[in-house]
Amino acid sequence: MSWFRKEEPPLIPKLKEKERPDLWVRCKNCQEIIYRLEIERNLDVCPKCNYHFQIPAEKRLSLIVDEGTFEEIDKNLSSVDILKFKDTKKYSDRIKDAQKKIGKKDAFVSGKARIGGYPVFIGIFEFKFMGGSLGSVVGEKVTRLVENSMENKTPLLIFTASGGARMQEGVFSLMQMAKTSAAIARLKNMGVPYITVLTDPTTGGVSASFAMLGDIILAEPKAMIGFAGPRVIKETIKAELPPGFQRAEYLLEHGMIDRIVPRQEMKKTLILLLDLLSH
Amino acid sequence: MIRHYLEFEKPLKELEARYEELKALSMDGREDFSSEIEKLEKKINKLKQEIFTNLTPWQKTLLARHIDRPHTLDFINMIFKNFVELHGDRNFRDDPAIIGGFASLDGKTVMVIGHQKGKDPKDMNAHNFGMSHPEGYRKALRLMSLAERFKKPIITMIDTPGAFPGVGAEERGQAEAIAKNLRVMSILKVPIIVIIIGEGGSGGALALGVGDRILMLENAIYSVISPEGCAAILWKDGSKGKLAAEALKLTASDLFELNIIDQIVKEPLGGAHRDPETTANNLKESILSHLNEITQLPTQLLIEKRYEKFRKMGVFTEG
Ligand SMILES: [Zn+2]
Repeated sequence: MSWFRKEEPPLIPKLKEKERPDLWVRCKNCQEIIYRLEIERNLDVCPKCNYHFQIPAEKRLSLIVDEGTFEEIDKNLSSVDILKFKDTKKYSDRIKDAQKKIGKKDAFVSGKARIGGYPVFIGIFEFKFMGGSLGSVVGEKVTRLVENSMENKTPLLIFTASGGARMQEGVFSLMQMAKTSAAIARLKNMGVPYITVLTDPTTGGVSASFAMLGDIILAEPKAMIGFAGPRVIKETIKAELPPGFQRAEYLLEHGMIDRIVPRQEMKKTLILLLDLLSH
Repeated sequence: MIRHYLEFEKPLKELEARYEELKALSMDGREDFSSEIEKLEKKINKLKQEIFTNLTPWQKTLLARHIDRPHTLDFINMIFKNFVELHGDRNFRDDPAIIGGFASLDGKTVMVIGHQKGKDPKDMNAHNFGMSHPEGYRKALRLMSLAERFKKPIITMIDTPGAFPGVGAEERGQAEAIAKNLRVMSILKVPIIVIIIGEGGSGGALALGVGDRILMLENAIYSVISPEGCAAILWKDGSKGKLAAEALKLTASDLFELNIIDQIVKEPLGGAHRDPETTANNLKESILSHLNEITQLPTQLLIEKRYEKFRKMGVFTEG
């Protein structure tokens, strides 16, 4: 078993994590410094505290859909800087930089696929693209996905991860909440199942629209879910926030979501639900 | 009449005070001030022209939040008759940040619902500054469903800094409450007219904002985030609200150009707070003409058009 031993982490990290981020990662939740390979082997879940790290859309797909079944749609939608928005940087440059860095046109990947043999339309947020913010492209892609799902009477599945509205698109960003929710209203009328999976973080305009409208709402453990940001709340009420506030477990306790599902059981759970809904 | 002056309104303060004074004095009829009053009037008007034409987005933001500005309840009293306020979400409590009830508009019954800010510190506190908890959105939805059942048109008035950022609001699911309003409003079987009368702040505003027509008072604002909030995040400096207000394109004229709203409702020179009655009359006229148009549509077409209205909002390229 010597090949295995080689991968075992040394007992104490010798170098500061910043100096070797290729080898060591600090867990956002428990602050432990952990050997990167150990996390990756564990489906990007912290072995110390069970925090579920954000993962790229591709990785999510590979964990959820049947191999080789995903066909991407609406791949070429790209954001436009309609307001000529400039803060410390031009929005048009932010888009270009994000597209170059991430290799995607925007913050949402969508398409059709099979899960345990069941056909689904599936959408996944790419959080690294401008914090998964909801702009015109994400809103349009979500809406088209819903419409596809309606036309084909095929269940819809959306994995959310978003900081909220894309401020650089001003009121257009806000209106995506209305547009996507209106599409979901039609889907519900048709009785096509809609399942959302809320991953860390799902906040702001995404939570207050299609994320919280799932027929069934699942969440990953410890995911931050809410409308207002904790910092803003703290500043407003001038008091400490309750322990575990706005985490998936807190939402479950308060009746806002159906289940918390660990990453290693997500696919199994989804197949079970699809199976139950189709018989 | 005007009790509070914004910084850029201050040149008017002395003149308006003198004007009020002379008006009061001439009431008892002992002395004739008419020529002086006339002169003052001209002077005030000229100054108003200078100050209020070409307001910056930041100045409009301040006007939209002006404490003396007429709020939902003022408009209800000026535009409708027989308003009967209905309370509570039948679930948790009555949220005073959103008010609503049946009222008659030129003899026809409508459901009117709006954020209520309050007019003095005590009243503002009682209404939580128009910042709703989930119960407010749920009450609004209950009243809208009531209107649907009895086939009454719905008129909503938006005037809120945003949803209340608090522990209870999150605990009781404000994201779900807002989302549900968006979903249900999009398929309600009665006409809906949305009016942004003051501050249209983010999701808390949009929760009353899905309808067949979206009207906006001339000095109102409507935005995805407050300029200060936006500045704090993007400029890392909350005091850069002025810059953010420019960038966000939140004024009525911007939003009309961007095809988000259907009509700008004129305010008298000097803003709605200088002449609430004229503002209310303009608003009433707009409501009646839009209502007249949309009540003629068959229900299915009404809902279809409402869907299309929001469906086409957004700008992107493909290819
Ligand atoms: Zn950890």
